[in-house]
Amino acid sequence: MSILINKDTKVICQGITGHSGKFHTEHMLEYGTKILAGVTPGKGGTQIFDVPVFDSVKEATEETECDTSIIYVPAPFAADAIIEASEAGIKLIICITEGIPTIDMLKVKAYISTQSSRLIGPNCPGIITPGESKIGIMPGYIHTPGPVGVVSRSGTLTYEAVWQLTQRDVGQSTCIGIGGDPVIGTTFIDTLKLFQEDSDTEAIVMIGEIGGSAEEEAAEFIKQEVTKPVISFIAGLTAPKGRRMGHAGAIIAGGKGTVAEKVSCLRSVGVTVVDSPADIGEAVQKILS
Amino acid sequence: MKLYEYQAREILHKYNINFPKGEAAASVDEAAKIYSQLGTERSVIKAQVLAGGRGKGGGVKIVETLEEATAFTAKLIGSHLITAQTGEKGTLVNKVLVAEAIDIKSELYLAISIDRSTSKITIISSTEGGTEIEEVSAKTPHKILKEQINPLLGVLNFQARQIAQNLNLTGSLATKGSSLIKNLFKIFIENDCSLLEINPLVLTPDDEVVVLDIKMDIDDNALFRHKDLLETKDLSDDSSAENMASEAGLSYIGLDGNIGCLVNGAGLAMATMDIIKLYGGSPANFLDVGGDAPVERVTTAFEIIFTDPHVAGVLVNIFGGIMKCDIVAEGIIHAIEKVDIKVPLVVRLEGTNVEIARKMLDDSKLNIIFADSMKDASEKIIKAVNENK
Repeated sequence: MSILINKDTKVICQGITGHSGKFHTEHMLEYGTKILAGVTPGKGGTQIFDVPVFDSVKEATEETECDTSIIYVPAPFAADAIIEASEAGIKLIICITEGIPTIDMLKVKAYISTQSSRLIGPNCPGIITPGESKIGIMPGYIHTPGPVGVVSRSGTLTYEAVWQLTQRDVGQSTCIGIGGDPVIGTTFIDTLKLFQEDSDTEAIVMIGEIGGSAEEEAAEFIKQEVTKPVISFIAGLTAPKGRRMGHAGAIIAGGKGTVAEKVSCLRSVGVTVVDSPADIGEAVQKILS
Repeated sequence: MKLYEYQAREILHKYNINFPKGEAAASVDEAAKIYSQLGTERSVIKAQVLAGGRGKGGGVKIVETLEEATAFTAKLIGSHLITAQTGEKGTLVNKVLVAEAIDIKSELYLAISIDRSTSKITIISSTEGGTEIEEVSAKTPHKILKEQINPLLGVLNFQARQIAQNLNLTGSLATKGSSLIKNLFKIFIENDCSLLEINPLVLTPDDEVVVLDIKMDIDDNALFRHKDLLETKDLSDDSSAENMASEAGLSYIGLDGNIGCLVNGAGLAMATMDIIKLYGGSPANFLDVGGDAPVERVTTAFEIIFTDPHVAGVLVNIFGGIMKCDIVAEGIIHAIEKVDIKVPLVVRLEGTNVEIARKMLDDSKLNIIFADSMKDASEKIIKAVNENK
């Protein structure tokens, strides 16, 4: 088992004919991901890598048996694309797009909470169940199947953690990037809950960063609900206050959201927090053995 | 993007919000002209900086004569104002606001912000205006009302009434208060604010509700639909390297150390700074080259890093996802040709197209120290920088 996606997940790609959409569709297909269709308004009837392209998500869902969508649509139109997917009955929506206005995301989040769709992201690398399905932009070869669930607010820092695991022959059940924006669809808590329920996941790596209180809230949830070991790293110890560190959500505002606060909350509930991002793999290996 | 008070007032004006008459001045002459035009003897001169705590920092003064007005303006413009929020160096004052001073019956607090944990918009109100809200929240938390607004519904009438009541705007003032709250919420949404803080909102002796000071932050992600705001962007508060970076589509923040960092992805960029520090080095900057950067952007990134004269070594840490390693390699080769890098350069590459990239750098015969992990890379750059001293 794994969480959210597996070898049978049937995917469409919104924005498949764009630069990123095309590049990553090719890599997802190579990995073995079942991509049934693409969507680009105005490009319906064409094909890309033998994948049929439709004008709308509705048409794609009518013509294929897709249940999941990955979105590469540019930021000004991405909120619209998420809602279009949800309206068409897509169950799992993964939005890679960076730079969506926060007000748009607040509306999307309020809307989607009334629907049966789950949104991952935006501004995230996507999700991968190693050896089965890759729905995202992560390099496939760094992953290997195994017992560790990985969840992170970052993209490349997740690859770093995963690579450390793989090099130590510690595989992953599912790796999921929840995104670096202030408003995201799926949170640490949602993911921790799924990993806790997943029989194939034995340990969880949680990678956080400065800003907001998602890690503190996760700590409270871990205390109540999570019995599996959790290993964590929080980025941004050296980040100056009041400055946005690349991610829209990574900012220490009004003295809140610091690494120190987050680390102490997580440690107080028994989470193993490493000080160096280079020690994540080693810490997981030690706990599993 | 933070707006100056005078810029935020221009937005309020479009929505017919009540605030004291006045204008911004960039020189003593302009200030004198505005003071005379106001025609009210008692005026207030306020330094236009993006940091809070101006009052206590000596950046705000009530003046009663033209001489006083010009003298205080002369003192402020061109000076560095130090407040509790600016740090020791302070922040340069380029403009002052000259506005009429108004009589105050009571000072209130009203703010609209985004609540990240609930993904809703929160309107925060309190009768304890004029002081830092953190202070009120610590001493008298019961005086703060946080009303959660559903972004799809907006402020409902009952919520506006509740907030007005919490501000003691009752009786004939209730309607005035409610409509102000709804109007401010409209401003928040239509201008893609991430923060709109009015402190204080004042009640005058003749029962007018007036916005005395306003802080407004605009969501950077939404600037594409607020081109007019972008045009008014006053870049004087950022360093030139940071401006250069934002023009190139890079995210750069200068720090005090001597090891330049070129990384892809914000999380990895922060983690790279952290590990340098942990191993006894000191990062010179945060730099996220972004996903899918073209070769030129990588070259520009090097140029930006070297605008800081303290940089004694550079660590490149790339984990390719969207970003392809061969693009980074090409950017490094271009940069070395263009910038003439004289300090040690440690390169760690992993991810998409890494094999091609390694071969390119090998073939280039450039003086690069290769690293095969984050730990290895940080140890090597720290060692190289120390040996070079």
